[in-house]
Amino acid sequence: MKILQNIGEYFILMGRTFSQPTKASLIRKQISFELNSLGLGSMGIITIISAFMGAVITLQTASNIDSALIPDYTVGFTARQSMILEFSTTIIALILAGKVGSNIASEIGMMRVTEQIDALEIMGVNSASYLIVPKILAAVIINPFLAIWSMFIGISGGYLVAEFSGVVTTDAFIEGVQLDFKMFSIYYALIKTAVFAFIITSIPAYYGYNVKGGALEVGVASTKGVVTSSIVILIANYVITQLLLI
Amino acid sequence: MIELKNISKSFNGKQILHGIDVVYEKGKTNLIIGASGSGKSVLTKCTVGLIEPDEGQVLYNGKNFTAMKLDDRKEVRKKIGMLFQGGALFDSLSVEENIKFPLRMHASMTEKEMQDRVNFCLGRVNMSGINDRFPAEISGGMQKRVGIARAISLGPSYLFCDEPNSGLDPGTSILIDNLIKELTEEFQITTVVVTHDMNSVMEIGDHVIFIHKGHKHWEGTKDTILKTTNKELSDLVFASDLMKKVRKLS
Repeated sequence: MKILQNIGEYFILMGRTFSQPTKASLIRKQISFELNSLGLGSMGIITIISAFMGAVITLQTASNIDSALIPDYTVGFTARQSMILEFSTTIIALILAGKVGSNIASEIGMMRVTEQIDALEIMGVNSASYLIVPKILAAVIINPFLAIWSMFIGISGGYLVAEFSGVVTTDAFIEGVQLDFKMFSIYYALIKTAVFAFIITSIPAYYGYNVKGGALEVGVASTKGVVTSSIVILIANYVITQLLLI
Repeated sequence: MIELKNISKSFNGKQILHGIDVVYEKGKTNLIIGASGSGKSVLTKCTVGLIEPDEGQVLYNGKNFTAMKLDDRKEVRKKIGMLFQGGALFDSLSVEENIKFPLRMHASMTEKEMQDRVNFCLGRVNMSGINDRFPAEISGGMQKRVGIARAISLGPSYLFCDEPNSGLDPGTSILIDNLIKELTEEFQITTVVVTHDMNSVMEIGDHVIFIHKGHKHWEGTKDTILKTTNKELSDLVFASDLMKKVRKLS
């Protein structure tokens, strides 16, 4: 029953968040702040993880190809498909759910326990809209760019491994990366990323917004926000894949 | 003027407020006192609409706030300033931006007019020159004073203060009390202060309401409180030796 209550409260909060918009000038200022905080602030970790994942996918694929019947370009093809279809979207979303989600839940949660949200309400501000809309919009805008960046870095990481380790020639790797490329894969990845961005921001925001108590409860809300948004990402990943690819 | 009629509220089946009737008059400092957990803060939150009462009405200048639509409530809230227990300044904004926030939301002012208003409000609470500091960089007493500056920035008709002296040294407490009193009289604001600080009661209590176990148990002024025969009120007010001596002297 608790889960149904949470789902109901979540949708009520989202309804309130989008039904009474805050003054546009204030929202614009907040969005640019969040673009920097949620987006550019995640570039470093995305770059490092993507580069190493691209490299490891290349090494593992190359080391597992024993048959002479499987062409060398399969390594580049696998690295590209893995990065575009799953890694740069789902895995990055799960990582960001931890980084960005905990940040959002604890920030809004602390504002709740220190009565800053009450202060906004007293001023006649729709606190849900003012606090949550800029985060959702910023993430939905910036995360697709982060996904594209992750794809580029991941495939580049694979290329560098091919260049320096010699597990596959760079020509074969590039041939595989270019083989049977479908632009729809990118659209599919970007749609997923935008949906995941909404999940990563809105679910932790819900847990933070409804904190009751003190610092301990803020920590609990932060954990719940990360765990729940991770599970919802996995479910959404399955649903979107079923709808768009099958 | 604010009028509360038969305000009741319960949480999880436990009755917190029992049909409270109070009138807060304009230009007076109205103090709500009571022991911890007596329902003072819940009553105040019901008054400003942060909590919906189960029964009763809150009237602002005769208009029923509890029955108002959201947009009408917004209009009333523009006239409300509130000082929270911990200041509730926005951490991510400087002192200046904190005070400008209500102006940006509700006033049609140029940047220069807002700047002048910020400087006036900060000057009024003796906090000039700290515009660029952040809440984390100033003391608790300074945060309370900035909180008051933010609360008065839009020129409110109603000022609510939730335990304005908690966590402050006696000197700063008196300073805050005097500031609230001065602002109330200067701008003819209806002020409601939630407190259990007896010094505040003696300093600024034009109108004192004693809440006990969710009931309005006593109502009077700072002068009549010294002569009270109400047992529960006496237990609260004259708990300290100092107040016992004050009572004897009076």
